[in-house]
Amino acid sequence: MEKFIFYFIAMVMVVFSIMAVSSRNIMRSIIYLLFVLLGIAGIYFMLNFYFLGAVQMTVYAGGVIILYINSIMLVEKIGEPMDAPKLLHQLIAGGISALGIGAGVFAFSNYSFTIAAEESTTTINDVGTAMLSYGENGFILPFEVVSMLLLAVMVGAIVIAKSYHQKENTK
Amino acid sequence: MISGVSIYEILILSTIIFFIGVYGFFTRKNLIAMLMSIELILNSAALNFVVANKYLFPGNIEGNIFSLFIIAIAAAETALALAIVINLYRLIMSLKTKDLETMKY
Repeated sequence: MEKFIFYFIAMVMVVFSIMAVSSRNIMRSIIYLLFVLLGIAGIYFMLNFYFLGAVQMTVYAGGVIILYINSIMLVEKIGEPMDAPKLLHQLIAGGISALGIGAGVFAFSNYSFTIAAEESTTTINDVGTAMLSYGENGFILPFEVVSMLLLAVMVGAIVIAKSYHQKENTK
Repeated sequence: MISGVSIYEILILSTIIFFIGVYGFFTRKNLIAMLMSIELILNSAALNFVVANKYLFPGNIEGNIFSLFIIAIAAAETALALAIVINLYRLIMSLKTKDLETMKY
């Protein structure tokens, strides 16, 4: 049963990601991307990473997609289709991608992974303890670095996107 | 792990999504659409971390934590890149890559 659900999600993800990179309408393209991100969240849930799936759904499917939609509404002419790529570019990019898929699949299909036998479930408790522990296997330093990075990004995004023209006009 | 699904199938899925993202990055001619392809690439990378954690080292949680950091940094990158896009649109009223040639030569 889980196998069929996985194959269904995988098929949906591949189809929608192809549509997301080939649709000429940017609004449709972003909604197709939303389905791909939800599919990845579904795979996280199937692998018993509940917290990670929830974060994927809230941060990616919730936050990032809304950010994209807001920017698209601010700057794009939505009804107008995007420029079609040249056929030569499409062929070259498709060739490189097919080659990459072939090389990747060839590389890891010849490698025999040692699959661990035991089953485990990662709870939110484990994640929180690991994030804030400064002992062995603790992640307090990257946690603090990411929190500083998010603060810097917040300030930077406001400063970059702020309009300076209106103030000059009113003077 | 998902019963009946081996690690190879999930790795094939993430490889396909990665290279679809690469294809989109090469062919798109619009800045926001190129950023969307980067999201695909980052997501497939995060999926690989999680799968390696679950199938090879189920006792550890490093893959989980690194995926969380990837998600956080991708969200930060998106916010900053879209701020730059909005500023750029104010300056040149276009997001097509052929119009962005200030740093070309």
